[in-house]
Amino acid sequence: MSEHIVQPRVYLMIFLALMAGTGLTVVAAFYDFPGPLNAVVALTIAVIKATLVVLYFMHVRYSGRLIWLVIGSAIFWLAIMFALTISDYWTRTWFVPM
Amino acid sequence: MPEGLAATHDHPSHPALQHHFENMEQQREAGTLGMWVFLVTEIMFFGGMFLAYTLYRFEYPAAFVSASNHLDIKLGAINTAVLIVSSFTMATAVYSTQVGRQRTTIICLILTMILGATFLGIKGIEYHDKYNDHLIPGQLIPSRPFAPEVAKPGDTDPHKLHLIEGATVQNVQLFYWIYFAMTGMHALHMIIGLGIMTVILIMAWRGKFSPEYHAPVEISGLYWHFVDIIWIFLFPLLYLLGRHLEGHG
Repeated sequence: MSEHIVQPRVYLMIFLALMAGTGLTVVAAFYDFPGPLNAVVALTIAVIKATLVVLYFMHVRYSGRLIWLVIGSAIFWLAIMFALTISDYWTRTWFVPM
Repeated sequence: MPEGLAATHDHPSHPALQHHFENMEQQREAGTLGMWVFLVTEIMFFGGMFLAYTLYRFEYPAAFVSASNHLDIKLGAINTAVLIVSSFTMATAVYSTQVGRQRTTIICLILTMILGATFLGIKGIEYHDKYNDHLIPGQLIPSRPFAPEVAKPGDTDPHKLHLIEGATVQNVQLFYWIYFAMTGMHALHMIIGLGIMTVILIMAWRGKFSPEYHAPVEISGLYWHFVDIIWIFLFPLLYLLGRHLEGHG
């Protein structure tokens, strides 16, 4: 597969989107959303920003399947680490010894 | 005849082509794959710290809010912007090597390094503020143990620690352990990144790169962007999320 050259115009648009995302997350932090929504809003913006960096600045959108597989495996193992550890802490108080 | 073999016969081999690769494209793709595998180990490494943050945040929400409120949102936001601009200049450096504009590459690399150094400078100011307020955890600095002054109700002195209900100084210290571990490891990665950029800059200066051979710029760029991504998560988690106390915990 030959190399895809990302045009500066695309980089500029991603850059502006990232700056807008940063502004948005700061503004959102000063609002009080109900319950855990503050965390959800902040993390959603962070995930979108990170995805833009990975897809365009790091050229993954134009990379082969092998690169996608490597990144997918990282996310998969990260999810295992979080899910198993948090499920342990989450359930520790469920059964209190008599 | 295999495709790779044909390619070596059609073109005279590039001086940067290593003997164990068929052609420049295969060499470049192998390098990119190797860098991504390394970045996976980095994701898992930082992932462990993000997991520790998550667990203790659920365990001590009030202390995390109190501690997070002591951080400077303005400096954190400026640093986020600085890193995003540096990622943009890095991406532009990669583009200009791909199209063979050596001068632009050098300028972009220098800009990237200046922005990286700016980030570290602002981080240094923040660390110094924490030093002044006795917030360096444990005995990391033996002559300056963790001993913040706790504000009494009504006292608005920003240098004192303002504890909300349910927060203890001990658990605030836990937040600062996590804060210094995560931002410290991130800063170390920035310093290493500056070292890598110095090497790439010298190579660019000597005219080593061309549209056919620019893998080192590309791969260093991947590392630089990765360090930017870590900060994209650190900024809201450390500086912003602590502004709100959620119902759980």
